[in-house]
Amino acid sequence: MAETLHNLVLGFSIALSPPILLYAFVGCVVGTLVGVLPGVGPLAGISLLLPATFGLDATRAIVMLAGIYYGAMYGGSTTSILMRIPGEAASVMTCIDGYAMARKGRAGAALAIAAVGSYVAGTASVVGLMLLAPPLALFALRFGPPEYFALLVLGLLVLAYMSSGSMLRALAMATLGLLLGMIGIDQMTGYFRYSYGVVELGDGIGVVPVAVGLFGLAEILATAGLPTPPQVLRPALRELLPTRQEWRDSAWPIARGTVLGFLIGIVPGSAHIISSFVSYGVERRLSKRPEEFGQGAVAGVAGPESANNSATSGAFVPMLALGVPSGPIPAVMLAAMMVHGVSPGPLLIREQPGLFWGFIASMYVGNVVLLILNLPLVGVFVNILRVPYPILYPSILAFCILGVYAVNGSVVDVWIMLLMGALGYLLRKLGFETAPIVLGVVLAPMIEMALRQSLAMSDGQYAIFLTRPISATLLGVGLVLITLGLKPLVTRSLDWRARLALAEKGDEQR
Amino acid sequence: MAGAALVALALVVLWESRALPLGSLRNPGPAYMPVALALALLGFGALLIALGKRTPDVSSVGWTEWRHAVAIFGVCAFAALALERLGFRVTIALSLAFLLRVVERKGASFSLVLSIAFAAGAFLLFDTLLRVPLPRGALGL
Repeated sequence: MAETLHNLVLGFSIALSPPILLYAFVGCVVGTLVGVLPGVGPLAGISLLLPATFGLDATRAIVMLAGIYYGAMYGGSTTSILMRIPGEAASVMTCIDGYAMARKGRAGAALAIAAVGSYVAGTASVVGLMLLAPPLALFALRFGPPEYFALLVLGLLVLAYMSSGSMLRALAMATLGLLLGMIGIDQMTGYFRYSYGVVELGDGIGVVPVAVGLFGLAEILATAGLPTPPQVLRPALRELLPTRQEWRDSAWPIARGTVLGFLIGIVPGSAHIISSFVSYGVERRLSKRPEEFGQGAVAGVAGPESANNSATSGAFVPMLALGVPSGPIPAVMLAAMMVHGVSPGPLLIREQPGLFWGFIASMYVGNVVLLILNLPLVGVFVNILRVPYPILYPSILAFCILGVYAVNGSVVDVWIMLLMGALGYLLRKLGFETAPIVLGVVLAPMIEMALRQSLAMSDGQYAIFLTRPISATLLGVGLVLITLGLKPLVTRSLDWRARLALAEKGDEQR
Repeated sequence: MAGAALVALALVVLWESRALPLGSLRNPGPAYMPVALALALLGFGALLIALGKRTPDVSSVGWTEWRHAVAIFGVCAFAALALERLGFRVTIALSLAFLLRVVERKGASFSLVLSIAFAAGAFLLFDTLLRVPLPRGALGL
């Protein structure tokens, strides 16, 4: 514990230095803007702004990108409450009661509760990250290729299980992502695979054009032709303070959302989205007045908003400690870190303590910055939403092209983005989740390397995965998930994932 | 339809993998993992076809925004073709002007001013201030 505190002091000495503070601030502002803009979620936002960090050193770049990530999570709640449009997917549940509160004239209170809940959850979950990541990293030093292979396979299975809708479809999308990740030079033999003479494909398909295509461009393709968004409700600053009763009603949901969000965040999957759905369900079930949910219940805003911010920090635990991203956003963060020469994993904390603890401390600072930013400046951010979407989306599209091109200075990446955008648009129309594709692309080289190294170690014996206790346990958990995923097919009943998919669909149609 | 597309893709990957060494269990070659994944995709695709009643039919999905989608897709394709030939500023200004004036039917002068200002502003911010190199095209614009 004393060592942790000592390291945290080191982290704060880095995070509170003026340049780092400035980049944390810039990241939070830009992230909030990204979260507010419909169509640009945290994933596309981080991908697009990655080239802007190329000129920075690793610590500043990562602090800024992390600021964008949790800034976007905060910003998403603003559009949910004032327009009933989720700025990003995790804010879908906030739309229901947040917008209902806004229509009752309590928009300011809803925004304040969302901001305070996010602050409490964000700060508490960083404590969890700080305490959990170092021991987990120490444990991971015992991992060899078979354990990593099992862990990565489990990661994909958990993501597929946690996805809303069919596990079969999610697994198909993860496999598609893994196949896309096979394009390029084989790391072990030097063979060019499926590159058809395109030299740029030798390095493989980058995660940035895939993420921007599947999330940014696909969203624009699907929404640009739709009718104009509804009117923005404008809160007056004097309405910002919630009543004493509203504070009382939100205290426990914030606490429960924080714990739930962090725990779900650690598990692979679209954690911030799932955590907000789970939190909403838990709050409704525990409420003495469940009939108020959907009509402007304070707990319906406080719980999900706390949960999705807490999950944001939770998702950093496996990424920093194991080097294994638990979802598409940590996958892009991992890619961003690698661009800056940082390799997250068990050795990061030991070899680059300044970067790790500076990053942790900057998250505390970022949460304070966001709290200060979100309440007084809400009017400024709302003004952006007054720009009509037919003018806004061409600008977002231009940023997509710019951001994707700038990563490698390659037009091939723009073509990849274009193809992924079309694919994402079609898959979205047909009810497929695209997040597993992004994770598959990132994990493909790691999984392949771990598999081939394991088979070389065992002289081609697949039993190596079952004779080593850690890998056998991880694969056993994976098998349990597959069995659970198959259950609705056998019993022909709706499980929680199917109900989640129906809820998402219902919200889209409302 | 989605299941059939996945099966077709898996078959293409299997066909294209002929040229690569498969290797052995002990020493897997470059085609080992792609072939294993293609077989998995084939299985998932076949299962999706078998359970096809649960998936939405293509014709039952709303495609009301298809005109916008095709126009945006076309603009992106133009940008990919023109970016290095015409340069960032000209390409982005032309793309935005087309989307604003032709697709969204905004005023001519408004579209022109916004397109040029956005292209010049983005270039100034990223290329000049943030030192992210953006293409200038054959004419150096």
